[in-house]
Amino acid sequence: MYGNDFSAPDGATDEAPGGLLGEVEAAEAELRAAAARGRRGGPAPDEDLAAYFAEVVDAEQKIEPRDWMPDAYRRTLIRQIAQHAHSEIIGMQPEGNWISRAPSLKRKAILLAKVQDEAGHGLYLYAAAETLGISRDELVQLLLDGRQKYSSIFNYPTLSWADVGAIGWLVDGAAIVNQVPLCRCSYGPYARAMIRVCKEESFHQRQGYEILHTLAHGTPAQQAMAQDAVDRWWYPSLAMFGPPDGDSTHSAQSMAWKIKRFSNDDLRQRFVDMCVQQAEILGLRIPDADLRWNDERQAYDYTQPDYDELMQVISGDGPCNRERMAHRRAAHADGSWVREAAAAYAAKRAEQREKVAA
Amino acid sequence: MTDHSPLWEVFVRARRGLSHTHVGSLHAPDAELALRNARDLYTRRQEGVSIWVVPAGAITASSPDEKDAFFDPAADKVYRHPTFYEVPDGVAHL
Ligand SMILES: [Fe+2]
Ligand SMILES: [Fe+2]
Repeated sequence: MYGNDFSAPDGATDEAPGGLLGEVEAAEAELRAAAARGRRGGPAPDEDLAAYFAEVVDAEQKIEPRDWMPDAYRRTLIRQIAQHAHSEIIGMQPEGNWISRAPSLKRKAILLAKVQDEAGHGLYLYAAAETLGISRDELVQLLLDGRQKYSSIFNYPTLSWADVGAIGWLVDGAAIVNQVPLCRCSYGPYARAMIRVCKEESFHQRQGYEILHTLAHGTPAQQAMAQDAVDRWWYPSLAMFGPPDGDSTHSAQSMAWKIKRFSNDDLRQRFVDMCVQQAEILGLRIPDADLRWNDERQAYDYTQPDYDELMQVISGDGPCNRERMAHRRAAHADGSWVREAAAAYAAKRAEQREKVAA
Repeated sequence: MTDHSPLWEVFVRARRGLSHTHVGSLHAPDAELALRNARDLYTRRQEGVSIWVVPAGAITASSPDEKDAFFDPAADKVYRHPTFYEVPDGVAHL
């Protein structure tokens, strides 16, 4: 059922998301197979725990919450999963901006469902992070205090309805390319959460593609609006894969731990190669004059995003950083009466039950 | 949040005839809201026909450090498996 709610225009997106969805299913099958292979029980009393951990990871087995793990592995995972969760939560804002102005009831219902999914993704991921021994309160506070980041992409504004299409196609598309390998992450709860997320993401990408396809085949003004959205979202989407490999600080260790499977640049390349044909069918131009097929590399040459801009946005100076954080803090504060009321109601009901029992 | 909104583990039965399977966790002030939240969070695409929610604190788990010999007693009892026994050639229905 996932992602099949929409027929892809001209079969254009069947290839890529089908392929990615296939990979998600392969990751799920691999997870089951690894579990079936089983592994010997826990470490022997005198065994070196680090060696045992390495053996489990090397054998493509999952590390589970109660297993021993190196402190740095735990810290890395908490940071990565938390920032991933924060991104899903903050990521609701740019699109939420268009829910009340969606051009039809159908589009509005779809966008609502999509934004609701993103909230769900945030919650799956917070729950996965909590298995590592950090509380939800701490995680929420880390975001509100600005001590943990979220994806820089959500600090760009959604200026037109076409931006909702561009986000679905490019931003969710890039997220899928990033996340599919995470379905094979060595930490069990994260891998399982990612499998769930990736299956849902495919619908996000397709609904965005469909919006752009409709606009790109509409009036000249609609076409121009679609092209403008792609022009603005292309490079920030490329930047979602992070700094180039040479400057990526955590990569090597994360690869060794099998948290990460491919380098930033490999994933970015994969995304570009996927988008070129999809853009052709949309009839929209990717805003890169140097984009061309390289026969030798069997991949497209393309212009790198502006990494200085990426660093600036990450450090808090993007177009919408302040707005996003202010909105999140306000939403959290405004929601406190709901949390308090629910707790008071639960307490009252517990009291009533006690009275009945007594 | 943790104080008055404890953690619940969520189990979903995907279809009649299958067992409930752990799908994740969530926070809720009481069981009733935990069930509703679980419906909204884990069955948005009709993934289940039945949900269990269990207070995470009510679960007692085996072997916290995974180091003890909790499961060892079963390790040397291969004779509990039918494959342990040699069946003479030609025996049917065994
Ligand atoms: Fe998401
Ligand atoms: Fe998404």
